[in-house]
Amino acid sequence: MLRRVLSAPLRSLNRFASSASFDFNPVLLHDIAPADGPPSSGTVTSEEAIKYYTQMQTIRRMELKADQLYKQKVIRGFCHLYDGQEACCVGMENAIEGTDDVITSYRAHGWTYVRGIPVKEVLAELFGRDLGCARGRGGSMHMYADGFYGGNGIVGAQVPLGAGLAWNQKYTNNGGISISIYGDGAASQGQIFEAYNLSKLWKLPAIFVCENNQYGMGTSVDRHSASTEFYKRAGYIPGILVDGMDVVAVREATKWAKKFVLENGPLLIELKTYRYHGHSMSDPGTSYRTRDEVQSMKKTLDPITGFRKRCIDAGLLTADQVKSIDKEVKKLIEAETGEALSSPEPSMDGIAHNIVKGGFSKKKSIFSLNGVIASLSFSSHLERKKRHSPNRYRPRSLSKSDLATLTAHMSTTSTCKRASRASSGVTSYLLNQQKICESQFPSTHLRNP
Amino acid sequence: MIGVTRKTARAMLSRGVNATASVRTHMHFKFQPDDAPAELGATEKTNMCNAIKSAIDIQLARDESTIVFGEDVKFGGVFRCTDGLMDKYGSDRVFNSPLCEQGIAGFGIGAAVAGACTIAEIQFADYIFPAFDQIVNEAAKYRYRSGNEFDCGKLTIRSPCAAVGHGAHYHSQSPEAYFAHTPGLKVCVPRSPIQAKGLLLSAFEDDNPCIVFEPKILYRAAEEQVPVGHYKIPLGKADVLREGTDMTMLSWGTQIHVVREVASIVEEELGISIEVIDLVSILPWDRETVCNSVSKTGRCIITHEAPITCGFGAELQATITSECFFDLEAPPQRVCGLDTPFPHVHEPLYMPTKWKLIQAVKEVMDA
Repeated sequence: MLRRVLSAPLRSLNRFASSASFDFNPVLLHDIAPADGPPSSGTVTSEEAIKYYTQMQTIRRMELKADQLYKQKVIRGFCHLYDGQEACCVGMENAIEGTDDVITSYRAHGWTYVRGIPVKEVLAELFGRDLGCARGRGGSMHMYADGFYGGNGIVGAQVPLGAGLAWNQKYTNNGGISISIYGDGAASQGQIFEAYNLSKLWKLPAIFVCENNQYGMGTSVDRHSASTEFYKRAGYIPGILVDGMDVVAVREATKWAKKFVLENGPLLIELKTYRYHGHSMSDPGTSYRTRDEVQSMKKTLDPITGFRKRCIDAGLLTADQVKSIDKEVKKLIEAETGEALSSPEPSMDGIAHNIVKGGFSKKKSIFSLNGVIASLSFSSHLERKKRHSPNRYRPRSLSKSDLATLTAHMSTTSTCKRASRASSGVTSYLLNQQKICESQFPSTHLRNP
Repeated sequence: MIGVTRKTARAMLSRGVNATASVRTHMHFKFQPDDAPAELGATEKTNMCNAIKSAIDIQLARDESTIVFGEDVKFGGVFRCTDGLMDKYGSDRVFNSPLCEQGIAGFGIGAAVAGACTIAEIQFADYIFPAFDQIVNEAAKYRYRSGNEFDCGKLTIRSPCAAVGHGAHYHSQSPEAYFAHTPGLKVCVPRSPIQAKGLLLSAFEDDNPCIVFEPKILYRAAEEQVPVGHYKIPLGKADVLREGTDMTMLSWGTQIHVVREVASIVEEELGISIEVIDLVSILPWDRETVCNSVSKTGRCIITHEAPITCGFGAELQATITSECFFDLEAPPQRVCGLDTPFPHVHEPLYMPTKWKLIQAVKEVMDA
């Protein structure tokens, strides 16, 4: 240990600082006097440097892991990755409280993590497993946490919701705000303009954030928007344009914005950022932009490398610290992936949970689950809820009679009854069905269950 | 009957966890091609997305006023259904719209009222809901409210729909029932490339706003010998795909292939003769063909992917019951998707699979 310290480059030994001030690109303003705008520099302590770096690196490695697992078909369906945009969520989260509300689009993994969901629950949700933060029901686009209202599949639909959350913050008067995030593509959705009008009219403490990553799926901003100055698009709502690749800039802007909206009503923040992956895993990301463009953004404007360099230069972090953080993060991701992979699939009777509270009539129906009870909690779900929000959630525990009624209401095919007795998941139900049917119809060459 | 012990269950589960990928990549149906009618001339082996492209291509060529637009349509569309059309016809006829379904529908209605043959694409049927107001309140009622002075008959909306295996909540819905409830529209669902091309060409020329819901899983999975030229398949006419005497099974889209498979299985194994009907057109639907068939066989099963409550099967079941009551041997049944939002991980349980259908056939025959 001593040898390593002594042999470390002199630079890292001598220039250890406990805090440093970072300047960033000036923020462009719309409808705000220059004197009233956000600051152009921010102070970062060494603890904060470690925290932000670790958070961003964790998100980056988690997204790359998701990419790898998607290609191995462990994750299926739709998967929209956040790598390149880490500074946005890490910067904003470190400027707000847990009691502030956040709602975003489907590119939600980074936000889910910073809002408190551990990596293993994010990954398990992607795998569709029971450990997932939405019990495997939501998948990539529908992850939720305390103060985090998802994860929304329909483009732009989350913004009026965010206005509603802001109203609640104003009504409960606890000094909280709401942040509604959408992308540059969503900026053309009509309901966003409806949300602007509502929040301005009623002076709601709402921050509307446009995470402008330059492309709406495969269409660049100048081809999908008549005005690419997204921070001005709300007209009568003041706006700021912030460098979304600089975590300190985002943090300072958000801190200022929170104070602003609590006094003045809504604000629009455009975070100019970039995503390295395509729109989703089905999009290679190179048919509408060149590989060179992606590579050059990675080289010159990467939020993690940029922040790392500035912290090392300012003496907040040493190269060794950074290396050990990288190693720890890698180890964490591997461990969490393993845990998520070993989580079971949701049980078969879960298909009818959480549709309608109180359920429908108890009349059994042969071909549908019309009469099934909804909203039952299992113990692991209870534990997780207690961990995150001891005050907000009052769970109802699963009673023996609930379980009996559930199995009674299952589809009446004997296959299902057998499978549910074995309490196995979706896959073993399918394998079971296949076996039954092969035994009943031996002559038909049917592969799939 | 196979008994499952705890040990076997655990073994199956652990096998299942690793085998998940291989099980779930199988499709729940097997596409069954049809032969093209001989009078339609030369054919070419085409999949459904290329058949659709051919239909749009033909329409762009024969009608100068035709425009095609939607999200990402210009570069070829996310399913490649408009691939190459921009290069061929220019970007003032084949163009992208921004991300605004309500705007797409409204703009399309306006262009159609002005006289352009308008082909609007809603990228996934799940996204059609912001446009719902425009379609139901404007498009459907235009001719009616203006006393035939104006109409938007030149509007055709095409949208990929239905389950694809991994689509989950917002890439798998079948919303045909919502639009079937709107007089003034025409709604159809093709089951194959030949149908898709023919129905689209009919829809383009139809004097009423048409919505064509194309099952997206068939885009590449369905390949047939499709006539290369122009031809139309009439809207409002159901197809009897297989003659039978014991029971009528009624469906549309991807589900029809499941039904055909079920019909062969029960014929072979149980000796039950099923008459298979593809409804093709949801609005207007072919009451005559369906009711004649049910009166002949006396039993009926209706099946679709959409959730059972108030799915279009409900309308069919109600009409069949009232029209064919005295000819029925057993109550008509529906085997449909469950009453849940389209699930993510539970999709195989939600779907009206062939096993559920076989079970239903047995129960209806025994009734």
